Amino acid sequence: MVSAVMSAAEPRAVRRKAWLTNVNAWLLLLPAVVLLTAFTHYPILATLYHSFFSLSRGGASEFVGLENYTYMLEDHVFWQVLRNNIVFAIATVPTSIALALLMAVWVDKKMTGRSFLRLAFFTPTVLPMIAVANIWLFFYTPNYGLLDQFLKSLGFAGHNWLGDPSTVMSCLAVMVVWKEAGFFMIFYLAALQTIPPELKEAAQVEGASRWYFFRRVTLPLLMPTTLFISINALINSFKLVDQLVIMTKGGPNNASSLLLYYIYEVAFTFQDTAFAATLTVTLITILAAVALTKFVYLDRRIHYQ
Amino acid sequence: MSEIVVNAVSKTWGGVGGVNRISFKADAGTLLVLLGPSGCGKSTTLRLIAGLEDVDSGTITIGGRDVTHLSPAQRNISMVFQSYALFPHLNVAENIIFGLRVRGVGRAERDERLKRVADIVGLSHLLDRRPSQLSGGQRQRVALGRAIIAEAPVCLMDEPLSNLDAKLRHEMRTEIRGLQQRLGMTMVYVTHDQTEAMTMADRVILMRDGHIEQNGAPHELYNEPASDFTARFIGTPPMNIITWEDDAVLGIRPEHISLVESDGIPATVRAVEYLGADSIILCDVKGETVSVRQTGYCALPTGAQVALGWQNRHIHLFDRDSGKRRAGSALPQ
Repeated sequence: MVSAVMSAAEPRAVRRKAWLTNVNAWLLLLPAVVLLTAFTHYPILATLYHSFFSLSRGGASEFVGLENYTYMLEDHVFWQVLRNNIVFAIATVPTSIALALLMAVWVDKKMTGRSFLRLAFFTPTVLPMIAVANIWLFFYTPNYGLLDQFLKSLGFAGHNWLGDPSTVMSCLAVMVVWKEAGFFMIFYLAALQTIPPELKEAAQVEGASRWYFFRRVTLPLLMPTTLFISINALINSFKLVDQLVIMTKGGPNNASSLLLYYIYEVAFTFQDTAFAATLTVTLITILAAVALTKFVYLDRRIHYQ
Repeated sequence: MSEIVVNAVSKTWGGVGGVNRISFKADAGTLLVLLGPSGCGKSTTLRLIAGLEDVDSGTITIGGRDVTHLSPAQRNISMVFQSYALFPHLNVAENIIFGLRVRGVGRAERDERLKRVADIVGLSHLLDRRPSQLSGGQRQRVALGRAIIAEAPVCLMDEPLSNLDAKLRHEMRTEIRGLQQRLGMTMVYVTHDQTEAMTMADRVILMRDGHIEQNGAPHELYNEPASDFTARFIGTPPMNIITWEDDAVLGIRPEHISLVESDGIPATVRAVEYLGADSIILCDVKGETVSVRQTGYCALPTGAQVALGWQNRHIHLFDRDSGKRRAGSALPQ
């Protein structure tokens, strides 16, 4: 009522005030807009653009349509790294989640040394991937590495763990699970502690066994956390390639190379930026599809408290 | 029949809190209220009966069976928690039949019992809802439904109404009491609200600091409080306790005091609370507050000088140090 009277009396002053409010709002948004545009959205669009052009070594690049993409589909290395990446995701994501849940349930109990155990489980997370890779590189070193020394003491022969295409992927997966599980444990632990203890007591009165309670109450109530963790683990499995630089360089014969590492190689070793852009667009599409599945499909099927 | 006998039960946590050698009996088919201020041990007692805590010493029997070291499930009880403890991811129907599923009751019987219980607690139209979509009163009914579908002879209730508003609390009080009588359950009901205790109970056990202060029917606690603690805890407003002789205090209910023309104790009116049917006059007598209940509206202004009188047969005398009731309370005035 008051504002209506005012706008009738002083329309210009009101308009000016609204304009100032808008300017103020845009100024507040500016830092985020600039940073996101310059370093996230523009590069994505530029990458998309370059993926439709030929490589310009000094000369002008020309529009080639989907040629880069057809080349990609015919590139057997691309298919191998994609397959590697899928195998790597299937090997690490469920394992690290299951392990995280197991550890969280364990350290959620009342027992002596609980804080120490929690810290112990969490420690791999605070180490940089580069450091972790170096530690595990020593474990896997043929002959005098920890693993081989242990096996030799049991009478087995030494093995070149990272040099053998049939074992290299498993070795990397074990290391990544070791590194990631402790981090995911923290989320599960936090979620477990939000479940009211009366639920357990109510189930106890009804005669539910611990396993029944875990299966029918704890697990469903942890689903939002599980979803969050699986998305993160899945994205990480495409994103984390530091260990390859230290341990295998994608070898032997691309047996341990992952999509992102291949992109890095194509772009900075082979200097084929157009093809690297094509691969990047593919990677982003995969990750966007994963995120979209979460937001559109899974969110509706999960109970949020 | 399922009477509950608690015999010399103790429980402490490193000497802190808990209960100390308490004994009482809840007769089969009756409603026993454990009443007391917070931290008095009433909830501990209930959890000991439920088997959610282990006793340090003493025995508990239900229906003549020693259950002291049995698990909650083996005790054949049902329980309603203060927070209701509903499973947030399950709908009303699944919450109610949770226990039946655990025990592997067949589908047909489950459905039939669910229908009956949903009718009793008035939730038939809400069976598909999640707890988060229900009001406080409806959640309370779900918890109640889950407790009675078990058809356990003993039902334990831990402050079930404390999260409800006053009007709903009054409704549910009547409803729970009616249900208990209709189904013939033995019910142990924990509350800190003396009105709930007085209106619902067959027997009230008033607790304080881990021991039983008084065990009796509601009218016994009201009319013959065993200590000044009971006297002060029961009744709204509670009994007036006035310094009397050197080693005794005098207790008198507000409704037994009247304003008299002469020969009364001089008092100053401090405030008047008008409740509709009656008024509570708060008076100052030599530095102590005495409340007087008077029928109807009272127009006395603050600061008015009045005289208070009562009949000697209404007087209660308590020992000043122990707080215990003295035998033969009559005394010349």
